[in-house]
Amino acid sequence: MAPQSHIVSAYEAELAELDSKIAHMGGLTEQQLASAFDALVRRDPGLATRVISSDQTIDTYNREIEEKAILIIARRQPMAVDLRQIMAAMKVANDLERVGDLAKNIAKRALALVSEQHPKALMAGVGQMVDRALRQLKDVLDAYAERDAEKALAVWSKDAEIDALYNSVFRELLTYMMEDPRNIGLCTHLLFGAKNIERIGDHTTNMAETVYYLVKGTPLTDDRPKGDNTSSTVIEPKRS
Amino acid sequence: MTIEVKVATKPSSQVTDTAPAAKVVARNVNVHYGDKHALKDVSVDVPQRSVMAFIGPSGCGKSTFLRCINRMNDTIPIARVSGKITIDGADIYDSRLDVVQLRARVGMVFQKPNPFPKSIYENVAYGPRIHGLAAGKAELDSIVEASLKRAGLLGEVKDRMGDSGTSLSGGQQQRLCIARAIAVGPEIILMDEPCSSLDPIATARIEELIDELRANYTIIIVTHSMQQAARVSQRTAFFHLGHLVEEGETSDIFTNPHDKRTQDYITGRFG
Repeated sequence: MAPQSHIVSAYEAELAELDSKIAHMGGLTEQQLASAFDALVRRDPGLATRVISSDQTIDTYNREIEEKAILIIARRQPMAVDLRQIMAAMKVANDLERVGDLAKNIAKRALALVSEQHPKALMAGVGQMVDRALRQLKDVLDAYAERDAEKALAVWSKDAEIDALYNSVFRELLTYMMEDPRNIGLCTHLLFGAKNIERIGDHTTNMAETVYYLVKGTPLTDDRPKGDNTSSTVIEPKRS
Repeated sequence: MTIEVKVATKPSSQVTDTAPAAKVVARNVNVHYGDKHALKDVSVDVPQRSVMAFIGPSGCGKSTFLRCINRMNDTIPIARVSGKITIDGADIYDSRLDVVQLRARVGMVFQKPNPFPKSIYENVAYGPRIHGLAAGKAELDSIVEASLKRAGLLGEVKDRMGDSGTSLSGGQQQRLCIARAIAVGPEIILMDEPCSSLDPIATARIEELIDELRANYTIIIVTHSMQQAARVSQRTAFFHLGHLVEEGETSDIFTNPHDKRTQDYITGRFG
């Protein structure tokens, strides 16, 4: 059921503007992540550079959303769902800004790897992670726009899949490094890239929690299923 | 007056959680003004030594209900109250009850400060004197001084106790009225929009005072300012069209109200 409009139409417009800024910022962030990975795969320094410089636009959105939110709080003394919306917009913008930074970092690594040969198999794993992360990001932004707590919950519980992929990419890269020390440079960059995507997944679940609170008014309290166990992973070198 | 003794369980929509020990308990209170059904089946527990805010649009019944608690509606000939209201378990609509005594236990502060056209001292001394609370001049003096102090006004008026109460500023007058209410040793203080004619500084002083008073009194405040309700109260009750729609912890009501009508009202979506 769509909520009734505010009596003060300017207030209504201010809240709508906040949502519209989130939508634009979210769209741009998705695009940044996709382009950063594209630049990596295609070894395209031009695209990587564009991604790096576009990050400023995301930062600007974050700042604008924060300023707008503070102004609305000062002016309207929001209550209930309005208050939750404003807090949610600030938090989501903050997470998107971090996702943007991580995408920028992938673009920087793409730039560093322009002259390296990329084994296809290794890219496939990271590529799968990017696909999942992008789908999750899209879903959580839809959940925000549609105020859909169920969709947010689905995003929240699916992060474990990205973690599982990250675990296997981690093992794969380490094995590859052990096979031939000449791979270490490339694999280390890819490893950090994969870690960035895993972090993006975490920011996406943060946003999912925020959307859930926005809609329901109560926080998501259950422990989220977590699948990243690389911090305790040990790979024994083959003894020959 | 009809007094129903049945005690019904509260409808679930009115209960959001369990409240601490109740000072005032209302069950199925209905008020009619002639043909107009102004208050419909209101049941609520007001916890002691805390502040409860009544909010809602004009004509929703919040002031009507407030006035039931010290039987101010008795003064309106066409008003008819039914249901049950108890203070500390005793029915306040019991026919043997002394209404004057009740109003000493349940003080009231109104929207517009209404000091008597007498001296500051006399404004506060009047109640204790007619209730025979002071044995002599010295005791009366100490009651007046303690009440003014508790109302946060003593420092500003102690050198001009003989000046007229009406010579004070609006905010001071309102604190004088609070001192006057306190002077007779009430347990409950009803406040009907006590800050609506005051500037923000005077309002802040009253709110600070309310916060101090709740250590010793049960306070019920009717306010049109949602922010004020959020600031001063521990529990909030939302009235609409004579119904008590929702009552609960203030922190819940203003961040996550359960009823759509409450949400629409507090976020400015009514109409």
